[in-house]
Parts: sequence; C-alpha cells; structure tokens
Amino acid sequence: MTRPTSAIRDNRCVSRLEIRDVTKIYKSGDLPLTALHRVSLTANAGTVTALLGRSGCGKSTLLKIAGAMDFPTSGEALIDGESTSALSDSRLTALRRTKIGFVFQSFELLPTLTAAENVELPLLLAGAPHSRKAARERLDWVGLSDKFQAYPHQLSGGQMQRVAIARALVHRPSLLIADEPTGNLDTASGAQVLALLEAAANDFGAAVVMATHSEEAAAIATHRVQLSDGRIQLSERQLCST
Amino acid sequence: MQHLTLFRTLVLRPLLAEPLRTALTLTAVALGVAVVIGIELAGNAASGSFESSLTTLTGTIDLQLSANGGLDESLIGKIAQLPLNLRATPVIETPVLTAQKVSATLYGVDSLHVVGNANQRVVANSIVVSTQLAKRLHIKMGDPLTLRLPAGPATFTVAPLIYAKDAEFLALDIAEAQQTLARFGSLDRIDITVNGGEDFAKAERLIRDAAGPGVLFDKPGTRGQENQRMLRAFRWNLRVLSYISLVVGAFLIYNTISVSVVRRRPEIGVLRAIGTSRGAVFGFFLAEALLFGVVGAVLGIALGRLMAEGLVGLISATVNSLYASSRPAAIALTWPVAISAAFTGVAVSLLSAVTPAAEAMAVVPTEAMGRGSRETVFRSHTKRNLLLSVVFAALGAWASQQTAIEGRPLFGYAAVLLFIAAAAFAAPPLVRFAVAALAPLLRTIFSAVGLLAARSLVTSLRRTSVVIAALATAIAMMASVAIMVGSFRETVIVWLDTQLRADLYIRAAGPPQAGVYPPLPADVPNLLRRIPGVEAIDTFTALEIRFEGQRASLGASNPALLLHYGRQRFLPGEDRDAILRSLANSNNAIVTEAFASKHHLHPGSQITISLGEKQVPLRIAGIYYDYTSERGFILIDQATLARYLPKQPPTNLAIYLKPGTPVETVREEVAARTAQYAIDIAPNETLRAGAVEIFDRTFSVTYALEAIAILVAMLGAANSLLALVLERREELRLLRFLGAAAPQIRGMILVEAGIMGLLANVLGLTLGFALSYVLIYVINEQSFGWTIQFHPPVTLLTGALISVWIVTVLAAIYPARLASRS
Repeated sequence: MTRPTSAIRDNRCVSRLEIRDVTKIYKSGDLPLTALHRVSLTANAGTVTALLGRSGCGKSTLLKIAGAMDFPTSGEALIDGESTSALSDSRLTALRRTKIGFVFQSFELLPTLTAAENVELPLLLAGAPHSRKAARERLDWVGLSDKFQAYPHQLSGGQMQRVAIARALVHRPSLLIADEPTGNLDTASGAQVLALLEAAANDFGAAVVMATHSEEAAAIATHRVQLSDGRIQLSERQLCST
Repeated sequence: MQHLTLFRTLVLRPLLAEPLRTALTLTAVALGVAVVIGIELAGNAASGSFESSLTTLTGTIDLQLSANGGLDESLIGKIAQLPLNLRATPVIETPVLTAQKVSATLYGVDSLHVVGNANQRVVANSIVVSTQLAKRLHIKMGDPLTLRLPAGPATFTVAPLIYAKDAEFLALDIAEAQQTLARFGSLDRIDITVNGGEDFAKAERLIRDAAGPGVLFDKPGTRGQENQRMLRAFRWNLRVLSYISLVVGAFLIYNTISVSVVRRRPEIGVLRAIGTSRGAVFGFFLAEALLFGVVGAVLGIALGRLMAEGLVGLISATVNSLYASSRPAAIALTWPVAISAAFTGVAVSLLSAVTPAAEAMAVVPTEAMGRGSRETVFRSHTKRNLLLSVVFAALGAWASQQTAIEGRPLFGYAAVLLFIAAAAFAAPPLVRFAVAALAPLLRTIFSAVGLLAARSLVTSLRRTSVVIAALATAIAMMASVAIMVGSFRETVIVWLDTQLRADLYIRAAGPPQAGVYPPLPADVPNLLRRIPGVEAIDTFTALEIRFEGQRASLGASNPALLLHYGRQRFLPGEDRDAILRSLANSNNAIVTEAFASKHHLHPGSQITISLGEKQVPLRIAGIYYDYTSERGFILIDQATLARYLPKQPPTNLAIYLKPGTPVETVREEVAARTAQYAIDIAPNETLRAGAVEIFDRTFSVTYALEAIAILVAMLGAANSLLALVLERREELRLLRFLGAAAPQIRGMILVEAGIMGLLANVLGLTLGFALSYVLIYVINEQSFGWTIQFHPPVTLLTGALISVWIVTVLAAIYPARLASRS
C-alpha cells in the first residue's frame, strides 16, 4: 500500500473522534444493564484504533456510539469536535454523509445494485456531483476496476468487503467505523481488507475505528483498546498519544 | 397438544405481534365474504317476493288459470257447471297508485272466499288493506283511501285490516274491482282449489276441456319459479361479480402467507432440524390461512348482513325495471347461506395458502439457516411465468369462443378467470422488464431514491408482483365493467334516439315497471286528436304474455306510423321498410333481439302465442334492436291484435307534432283535456332522461361492488408495503448509515408504491380490455342477448385510473413513515 502523504502525516495528531467519559445503560425489562462504564478514548486522523475484547464486552456498543448510530446515557461522543448527542436527525444525516463511513462484518451491500452503484450510493443520497466518477476511482483504489458492473452475488466475500470499503471511503470520511471487517473472510482475503483499512488511514487521513477478535487485524492498529465488561482494561498507543 | 403450542408460537404470536397487518388481511377476507353474502341475501330478498300474497286472502290454491290478454269471466260459470267438488275464485290483480303516490297491488276477489273472515265481507265501497301497507300509508279502519286510477280518482273506506305478515296489498270485491277498473267481463286469473276427495287429474282434464286451447294452466308457485328463472342470468352475473373482492382477497392471503414463510424460514429450518415433519410445517401455514378464513368469514357474515340492507334497494330497483314487478321481501340470513359463504371464504383462504405452505414444507434446515434472499430463486422463473401467461391467455381466448351451457355463459366466466391468471403470471416479468426500462428515468428524476426504489421492487419481485396482480385484477374488473357499462350506456343512448321519435308520450300514472302496462281510459286518444299542432297519434297497446313458459311482452302499434316516424334498427341485412310494411293487418310480427336470442328465433321462424282463449300463429318478419327489458318484446299490427283481443285497451300514446309547434303548449293542452285522469305526460327529453336514469340505477350496484374490490386491493397494497418495510428494516437502517435522510426513505417507499400503482394500472387496463371483450361479446350476449357497441368511456376510465393510482400512493404513507423511523 502507499505510504502516508506529508499532509496526512501532519494531520496525524488531529482528533477525529473523541469519546469522553461515556456510560451506556440499556434497560432490559426493569433491570438496567450497563454496557459501557465511563469509557474515554480518542481516534486521530490517519490512525487505526482496534477495539478488542470478548463478545459482550461493549465493543459493538462503543462502535455504535462512535459512529453516531447510538447515543451515550452520560458523557459525550464528538466527531470532528461536534457532539453527536445534540444533533438533530437532519444534522446526523449530514454527519453520516460527510464524516462517517461504515464497514460491516457481513458486507451489507445492496444485492440489486452493481458494485459501482453500491459505492456511488452515499454520494447519490447526498446529492453530490460526479458520483459515478468518484465511485469508479474508489473501486480502482480497492483494486476492483474490472468489477464495476458486477452484482454482489457475482463477487467473492473478499471482493464484497473491498466494495464495502470503497463505499465507506467514497465521500472521504473523517471516521471509518469497521465492525469485525475480516470476521467472514478467509485469511488471504482478510489480509487484503486489513491492508486497505490501513491504507484508508494513510491515504485518506481517516481515523479508522475497528472492532475485532482477530490478532491479525489488531496488528495493523496504531491504538489497541482492550475492553472488558464495559470498561477499558488496556489502552496501548503506537503513534501519537493524547 | 405439541402442534397447538407450535401453532401458537410459530403462527399466532407473530400475527398478534403485527396487529395492523393482521387486521388488514382479516378486513380484506371479511370484505370479500361480506360482498358475497350481501349480494346473495339482497338478491334473495329482491327476487323472493314474487309469490302472490293472495293466498293470505283466499287460502290454498291447487291450480291457476290465466290467459294472455285476460280471461273471459264466463269461464267461471263453465267451471261451476262441471261435476267437480272444487272452488273457483275469480281474481283481478293490478298495480295501483294511492293518492299518497304509494304503489301497491290491488286484488279483486270474490268476497265470499276471503279466508277466515266470514264476518268480514268486503262490503260495497270498502277496501281491504294489509296491516303492513296500512302502516306505510298511516291509515286505519274507517279511514278514507283514495286510489289514483287511470280513469280518475276513486275513494273507498278502509275495512278491518288483514294481517298478512310483510305482504302489502289492497283488495276489493271482484265486481267492484271490475267496475272501478273498467274491466267488465274480464279476469286476470281463476284460482282453483280442489276439495278433498276429488280426483285432481280428472278435475284438471275437465277444466282444460271447458277452457279452450289458449288458457294457461299453472301450479301455484309457477309464477315465482318463472320469475326466478327469468332472474337467473341476472343473479348469476351479480353473484360472479360479487366474487371479485374474494379473488382480489385471495391474492392478499397468498401474499400474507408468503411473507410469513419468507420471514420465518430460519424458524422453519430449526423446526425441521429438530424433527418437525414436512406435513406439520405445511399444516401450520394452512392453519394460519384457516384462521384468516374462519375469523374473516365470521366478520364477513355479520358485515354482509348489514351490506344486504343497502344492496337490496339497488337490486330490487333493477329487478323492477328490467324483469318483473316485485317488492323486496325481508332479508333472511339463513344457515345454508351463512355456511356456504363461510365455506367459500375458508376455501379461498386455504387455496391461496397452498403454494406458500408447500414452499415452507420444502425448506431444508441448512438452506433456511443460511442468509440470503429467496427472491433470487423466483427471478429465474421469468421465462416460465411468461410461458404460463401466454398459455392461460390462449386458453382464455379459446374459452371465450365457446357457446353457453344451458343458457349460462360458463365458458365466459372461465375465460375471465383464465385471463386473470394470465395477468397474474405476466406480473413478475412485467415488473422486471418495466422496472429495468424505467430505472434510468427514475434515477434521473429521483436520484438515489429512484434507483433504490426501482431495484427494491425487483428484489422483492415475488411480493410486489402479487400485489400488482391483485391491484391489476381489481382495476381490470373496474375497467372492464366500466367499459361494458359505458358501451352499453352509449348503445342505449343511441338506441333511445332511434326509438323515441315522438314529441310527447302518455301513459297511466305510476312508476314504470317491467311487464306492467296499466290501461289508459279508452277515450283519451279521441280527446287529444283535435289539439292544434298534433300531426299524428300512435296508439300503442302492450300486455304481458306467457310464451314457452317464460314471460314476455306483446305490443301492438300502427306500422304505417312506425314506418313514417320510427327509426327502428333491425339486425344487419334486414330491410326495415319491407318488414314494417309486411306487418299491416297480417300475422307477421317483429321481435326484439333479446326475445329472438332467448327463444332461438330467426327471421322467418313461426311461433304460436296464446291470446285470450285462442292460439295465434305468428311469423317473425324481422328482429330489431331494443334495450327496454330483458324479457323481450313481440310487436304486431294494432289491427291484428284487435282481431284476437278486441277489448284490449291502449296503454301508451305517442304524439307527433307538426314542425315548429311548441311542445310545452301542447303538453299543457293535453294535461288540461285529461285533467280528470291519472296519467303521466312526458316530453321526449324527460322520457329519455328517465330511461338513462333507470339505466344508471341498474348498474349502480356493480359500481358499489367494484368500489369494494378496489378497497380490498388497496388494503392489499398497504399490507404488502408494510410487510416489505418490516422485512427491510435492516436494509433501511443501512441506508440511514449510508447517509439517507428520513424524507429520502419515505420518498423511496412512496416511489415504489407509485411504480406499483402505475404497473398495476398498465396491467389492469390491458386485462380490463380483454375482460370487457368477454363481458360484452360473450357473457352479456349469452346471458341477455343484447348487442352492445364498443364505446370505452375514456374520461371515466382516465379519472378512475388516476384515482386508483393516487390512492395506492396514499396507502403507502403509513408504511413510508414507519420506514423512515427505522
């Protein structure tokens, strides 16, 4: 993969995501269930943060709050300095259109859209110009220039996840949220996908936040966050520290 | 027990978890059953009251004697002289109008024979009134009651009331009736009661010998049976029409069960993995349909009973206009009707569920537990669906060419079903091809929303095509009936133009009823002849006759005037002028198309009709178009009729004015000269407007039925869109993650509904034209024998289609709002 450009290297200490003292309590019947307890972390531009831990440790909840899919019971989540809790539905939509990209374990491509259309979709929804061109560029970037017109069922798992990454990056988001991105892939495809995520941080300056069980995936991270029972057990940084 | 638990968890719980969808499906089934039962009950009530209420007055009757044009009362004397132990009751039966303008049947009976009322002889100038009619007229014993008889008003004193359940009638002593109605020496019927111990066959033989060849002998109830027979085609067609909502509902049940199966595939897989048999799985889903069928049928029976109240008036009006005079009987919800409607509802539900239930049965554990869309399986059947569509269409075309079976257009109905099946199978390929063709346009107009909506329709091809087929069926029925009725209406309007050529028409006062021709006072034509401006007066005599066991009308007119003023259109190839000339003072007759069709007659055919006590041979000189009544008309020269029935009074007059004469002035003069008589004087335009009004009233019930079918289809559209939204929650959430705003999600669902409505309109209109062909040229012709010119009502159709499309989009508002909240 390409190395980070100087501009991106300069931005490496710019905070894209800040989780400040976040607690999340779900109500299960009459019983409250604490999924996250006073969690704080920061993800900077050009970095890869890996959220690690066993099932039920709070990774998914943290990822949802980080991606503005859910909101903290207390504390706050800020994307590019903007608190997600205070945003209206239309501002949240605008935030997703401009600043967040998502990659899911099961790819979540729309089966009736071609690869190019899937990638183009966020730009179309945002009403952005030259969406088709941007989609082609991004598919080129993930190495699928020959699959523009392919439908998801005509692609392998690895190819589908690469299309999903292209879709997540088509609008150059500040934050790329990846939930177990290699969970459904074989080793070789997984490695390709991880290389792309690393390149997403390097080439686009996105802050990649990824939940994973995989050690291979964690290995590309610049920041490893170990969660257990909704609390951060360990936070290791390999580059900038806050 | 285990199965009950599984049924509760697998079927009942999900249904209760989505109360709105369950309610929509149940409402659709209930409406379908309600329409069937409503039409049946209303039809029974409207046609069930033909039996004479005379039995209340005279007791049991064994034999009824009558003659076309009336019986000579001397026959009573002849019968009395026979060495037989029997009772012969002379009867006059005629509709009359009270001063309150209430129409009722007046009987003239021998007062000595009024049953159980030995002390209640019908004394001079007193009139017997049934309790039910007295209630309606707000009168009691001793009150005066005035009748508006053609010869002038006549006032009587109300005698003690007679209880006759819900029958409404008036009765006078026979002699008084004959005098009041100027029917001296003439009877409508003689009712015979053979007393105990007498040999019935011998009695009948002796009476026949005494009566002469023209007298008609009937067993009691024959008239009711005849009328039921006459109404058979009408009721059959109405009944078939009432099943449309159920057919549309069948699509909905199919869709609901299909959604159940698709959504519960993983559960089915698990059940199969832990040992549930395929049969049990099949049973669960059939049980779901059974539940819809049973609950829907129970609700439908109650709703249908209510609906019948509204429908009976409409159906009864049609029966009165087109077939025979009757008053609707009380609506009776009987067990057989309720059970057959419930059975139909349940059977339709079960049949609709067989395919999806079989699909559930075929689920294997590994397939069900894996992710992936089932729809892709369906997509590969495009060619098969197209082929089936073509095969069904071809079978439909073949069926539409077949002749009627025992007078019933059974192949015509089959053609309708086959064409509907063809459209249903054409729906999936249509959606695929149309959406592929429309996609670039939709994307250009609606951007991402258009792209997603178009593709989503194809993803859910199976469900969307079922909804489109259901909507298309409802639209097609609406369009075809609209085309048929519109064409018929136009044909009738053109025909009225050829038929109604006179400037003024005169008849005895009272509501027009099929087969009822109240006589005009004999001196009316003479009173009018010298009015300035009158060029000619055509005196027309009509009477109800019996021919080959069926009721028909016989008319006598002046062929010279018909030739000069009339514009009667005869079947192609017939020479109008030559035919009309041939009628003069001869036994030649012209008959209506409906009459010829019913009795299989052609120009040149010979028929024999009874007139009075004589048998009269007639030759069919020509067949003309006429849309007055389905029973049919025979038209002969006035002079010919006078040879056989010299005392027959005129029933209608047509007055032709000299050019430039103001119609209103003459109308006023006519009214002034006939002020003492109860007659209606109608200018040409009024009569035409009245005819069109009767026509529109006749078909109002069909529009009501169509509206319900469309409503059921709408429920289907809403239900299906709701199912699609519920099923696509994950996808909708994903779209929100990808930056779709709530209005975009709403827009997507609305665009989908818009496309579905559009495709349903296209398919429905195409199917509608095919069905209108079957309705006009097969079912109508075989049932009623009327030639209808094809005139699609373009404005009405356009308006209706746009309305349906708008309502389809409106039906998507709630699902769209739900989707945007994902």
